[in-house]
Amino acid sequence: MSMRISVRAFALLRELSADRCELELADGATLAQAWDALAARYPAIEPHRPYARGAHNGTYAPWETSLADGDDVAFLPPVSGG
Amino acid sequence: MTSGLSIDPIDVRALEEGLAHRGHGAVVTFVGRARDRSDDARQVVELEYEVFLEMAESVLAEIAAEAEHRFGVAVAVIHRHGLVRIGEAAVAIVTSAPHREEAYAANRHVIEAIKERLPIWKRERFADGSEWKRPGA
Repeated sequence: MSMRISVRAFALLRELSADRCELELADGATLAQAWDALAARYPAIEPHRPYARGAHNGTYAPWETSLADGDDVAFLPPVSGG
Repeated sequence: MTSGLSIDPIDVRALEEGLAHRGHGAVVTFVGRARDRSDDARQVVELEYEVFLEMAESVLAEIAAEAEHRFGVAVAVIHRHGLVRIGEAAVAIVTSAPHREEAYAANRHVIEAIKERLPIWKRERFADGSEWKRPGA
């Protein structure tokens, strides 16, 4: 079984990957595995993994968060507001 | 409480006037303006902020509510996105309280929380190109 996840990326990570895309992941995949799948498609993002944060359905979430079919995830580089 | 992201210039005076609590004797306003110099002293022509809008709106509301609850103040905060010209306010934070201690502390808390977790990214535009702002500044 697999599930489809919508992914967004921002700023530098967007430039190195895509604004939006869809990933097909195994059931029970985590946010970390969503990153790995995106990085497999866009290897240029991988060096930024230590600094990136993940969001799950619009909220910051730990990498070990389990995803479900239809979820929205986002990958965010270090923020620079203010 | 007022919080939001705006593509248009911020009316700081209106934000202050929105916090008209008769029992609040202290009003602190912090304005972060677009500077014409980067941290490595290059000439900056303008700034552009990219934002994860849906998430930023909820994070900013959460930051403002947290400050109101923790310090017993009223908070109004607006952050710009899109193009911001040099000298314009990129962020404005107004806190009001019965006394200055809480108003200052809450105001500081809001800007530090923005720097830590508002999903927004600053791009500095130079005469000869542009770059994402590196974290830590």
